[in-house]
Amino acid sequence: MSFIDDLLGRKKSASSAKERLQFVLIHDRTDLTPAELERLKDDLIEAISRHVEIDSAAVNIAVTQEGRSQRLVADIPLRSAGRHHRR
Amino acid sequence: MTGTVLTVTSGKGGVGKTTAIANIGVALAAKGQKVICVDGDIGLRNLDVVMGLENRIVYDLVDVIEGRCRLRQAMIHDKRLPELYLIPAAQTRDKTAISPSDMARLCNDLRTECDWVLIDSPAGIERGFHNAIAGADKIIVITNPEISAVRDADRVIGLVEAEEREAPQLIINRLNPAMVKRGDMLSVDDVLDLLAIKLIGLVPEDENVIVASNRGAPLTLDAKSKAGKAFHNIARRLLGDEVPFDELDTPGLLQRLLGRK
Repeated sequence: MSFIDDLLGRKKSASSAKERLQFVLIHDRTDLTPAELERLKDDLIEAISRHVEIDSAAVNIAVTQEGRSQRLVADIPLRSAGRHHRR
Repeated sequence: MTGTVLTVTSGKGGVGKTTAIANIGVALAAKGQKVICVDGDIGLRNLDVVMGLENRIVYDLVDVIEGRCRLRQAMIHDKRLPELYLIPAAQTRDKTAISPSDMARLCNDLRTECDWVLIDSPAGIERGFHNAIAGADKIIVITNPEISAVRDADRVIGLVEAEEREAPQLIINRLNPAMVKRGDMLSVDDVLDLLAIKLIGLVPEDENVIVASNRGAPLTLDAKSKAGKAFHNIARRLLGDEVPFDELDTPGLLQRLLGRK
């Protein structure tokens, strides 16, 4: 099995198990489904846009973890004032 | 005496909770500790058969809690060791026969009787699980290096954390070193990365576990098997010894030829 996997350059089953677990555990731990995370992202974009202009298409939001603690990390590129004026 | 109450739990069924309780109990008792094993799986009792004490049951856990007998009357002495006892679960009742506060009270009484109270938790995260951890000083989560067992272990660890108790420790059971080596089983490091709690035991897969439960003689009674050695190491770690995690080291060909371990 693993010899054939090697020949075909296929991923070992243990690494797919680990990757799949990493994904489900984030959602199990936070009670946050991917759809809810998407809604949260939309709300966040709307709230922040009331104050500064952002590049809403480039917003990235994800749950990361360190040990057993979870962190919601948002990367929100701002549109620079200069570019805004020139437009 | 002020004993320590230790609960072994897992979320998923069939990963080795009962085997672990029986063997850690035997290993601690073999080191001169007074140990009381309690089967917390009301309605699905099994610790009695794994320990080989099923023919000696008169009273059970629910009898003690409902006051039909005294604590010591329900403690079955395992005569193979000086101070190893079992309190069996009731078989004809269900988990709602007792509450977490009943268990917390019982644990307080048991603590004064021995060095270690080992509680075998039922599978699941409902009433039986909450009963099993209610009086615990220490919690061990046991899992197999297998996707559904690890996911359920994570859920149980989260529930223990939510109660703001001491962080649980982990036993990885039924590890198959050959499968890990060819990349077809999660490794110890993979499981520790995912669950992020402290390891207390590594038990290799071992056919002797089934042979031992067939006979009702926990394999730790005879420390020669791989799994038996692993359970002895867990008992030593519980007693505060620093024991290296070398359970998976297989002796090389030359060492085997020379008859060294």
